[in-house]
Amino acid sequence: MHFFQRLGNTTLASFAKLGRSSFFLTHVLSAIPATIIHPRLLINQLYSVGVLSFLIITISGLFVGMVLGLQGFYILSDFGAEETLGIMVAASLVRELGPVVAALLFAGRAGSALTAEIGLMKATEQLSGMEMMAIDPIKRIMAPRFLAGFISMPLLTALFSSIGVMGGHIVGVGILGVDDGSYWSQMQAGLDFQDDIINGVIKSIVFGFAISWISLFEGYDAIPTSEGVSRATTRTVVNSAFTILGLDFILTALMFGDI
Amino acid sequence: MATNVDLDTEIVSIQNLSFSRGDKKIFNDISLSIPRGKITAIMGPSGTGKTTLLKLIGGQLYPDKGSIKVDKKNVHQLKRSELYTLRKRMGMLFQSGALLTDLNVFENVALPLKEHTALSDSMIRSLVITKLQAVGLRGARNLKPNELSGGMARRIALARAIALDPMMVMYDEPFTGQDPISLGVLVKLIKDLNSALGLTSVIVSHDIDETLRIADYIYVLSGGKIVGHGSPEQIKNSDSKWVQQFMNGHADGPVHFHYPANDYHEDLFETQQ
Amino acid sequence: MQNTKTQDTLVGLFVASGIVALFFMAMQISNLSSFSDNSVYTVTARFENSGGLKVKSPVTMAGVRVGRVTNISIDQETYESVVEMKIESQYSFPDDTSASIFTAGLLGEQYISLDPGGSETLLAENGLIDITQSAIVLEEIIGQFLFDKAAEE
Repeated sequence: MHFFQRLGNTTLASFAKLGRSSFFLTHVLSAIPATIIHPRLLINQLYSVGVLSFLIITISGLFVGMVLGLQGFYILSDFGAEETLGIMVAASLVRELGPVVAALLFAGRAGSALTAEIGLMKATEQLSGMEMMAIDPIKRIMAPRFLAGFISMPLLTALFSSIGVMGGHIVGVGILGVDDGSYWSQMQAGLDFQDDIINGVIKSIVFGFAISWISLFEGYDAIPTSEGVSRATTRTVVNSAFTILGLDFILTALMFGDI
Repeated sequence: MATNVDLDTEIVSIQNLSFSRGDKKIFNDISLSIPRGKITAIMGPSGTGKTTLLKLIGGQLYPDKGSIKVDKKNVHQLKRSELYTLRKRMGMLFQSGALLTDLNVFENVALPLKEHTALSDSMIRSLVITKLQAVGLRGARNLKPNELSGGMARRIALARAIALDPMMVMYDEPFTGQDPISLGVLVKLIKDLNSALGLTSVIVSHDIDETLRIADYIYVLSGGKIVGHGSPEQIKNSDSKWVQQFMNGHADGPVHFHYPANDYHEDLFETQQ
Repeated sequence: MQNTKTQDTLVGLFVASGIVALFFMAMQISNLSSFSDNSVYTVTARFENSGGLKVKSPVTMAGVRVGRVTNISIDQETYESVVEMKIESQYSFPDDTSASIFTAGLLGEQYISLDPGGSETLLAENGLIDITQSAIVLEEIIGQFLFDKAAEE
């Protein structure tokens, strides 16, 4: 009985949280037009969210691309199909690995930082202080960060995928001897702009939306103690990961299932 | 509860306020009134909800029962934009200062001016410098909040609270944890600003000496009720047991020393059943 | 915090590099460059068996992709597979062109290959390709092979 009671409580609490986060989201979205008019805050956030994630995304993209080149070569050579390495690397990256891995890295690096920052602002009464000064913290703090995450995610994903393809090239063509021409031509023939590139971009936009929403809300909803903030940060990373992977499955099924 | 305050000059009027957090009743049908232009102190042991009271006055929390009127407007019936307009006329000094960590001192004090007025940059600059001078920290304008000591942070927060020349300033535990010099500075500032700017000040505190020094009128809260109120003289000579325990710092009295527990003997010699 | 100018520059660079990456993906990685002409016209062909042909399978002539399959359906009366395809307007061919379903490579996807005829009139919008060759079904070949083998002995 105790178990069921707890299960019921947890379910109700989850729904309550979902409701709160939805209100939060609508509030943030309605504050976005105001943010665009005063771009200073947005640019600040694009810097801390986007620019500072640049390094980890590009380096990871490079390594992932290189590993794909390496592994892909060995698998394909069993079938005598080494020349198709280009499209293998590119398709894996653009369709799946780019959006998903870049999103997971982004959630870990930028998402957790956002949650911690906002949770700490809550704990040090900065959010309360702003409200008492009749400054809406949603407009001043939340909306710029949300917009920054939303804009940064597709850009970072594109960087990840592109650099990954280059990484595959370095390993495949440069080291393992795949023909340079085949690498690119097979890729260009096999990847469709609409199906693959656009879908990958759509995925990254959806992920960006989700990660920004989750990380901002977890910070906003955190219990204002040091333990509360650290738990909120963990929740951001975990919930973002689940959401990304779940959405990825749904989007993949919708986009690629019916080719 | 009747107060000895002339109703025409009251700036905050709290009537029959009840507020609970979960099961705990924080305020149980209390009424009090804050007179204009004076320094009013709200005192009591920690945990009696003094900060909560300030948040209720500021409209950040909603009462279960009763009403709070600030300058004759019922705070909790205002629309959001009207509430924000009212808040611009109330300054609040938080316990930790609550300065924005991504701005330096100057920008922090300038923030309300930038957000709520259409003044030019040079005018804002002049105003900020004036406010910083009033609290004695004009030279610290380029420091960041994490470079300030606690006392300095509070003074900057005070400068920010008076940036828009509010009609009322609320101080949440301004004296807690300060060294004697900082204390002296703060006390002086509160008193001087109150008279110089014609402000109304509401101080929430449990620091007896400092508060008695500057308050014009005191309310003592305990257990969700007002257990005493009056001028500092009246409070000191009050015959209420609650007030006496609080004022003199007795360890035991109406506020018990022991947290409720079962019989001591039984607990100590409890044998395994 | 960073000097505002530096910050602005870096943000600008970041956004610019992201956009460059997007263009790179569009141009270098995908077939966008050959995707210039948007105007197409529809042509139909009927097959006894369209095999593994799918919507979006390519339509080629002499090895050059000229269009894509847009719809595959079955005719309830003749029990034929009706394949609709869109051909890019820049390509036109005679109305006695034949369409065959081939397989790309050993395990590859199936596609339609058009073999032009000699007629003077060109195939128009909504035209029908009369001469078709169905897809090769692996089981039938094996069955045929075994049958032939058995017949030899």
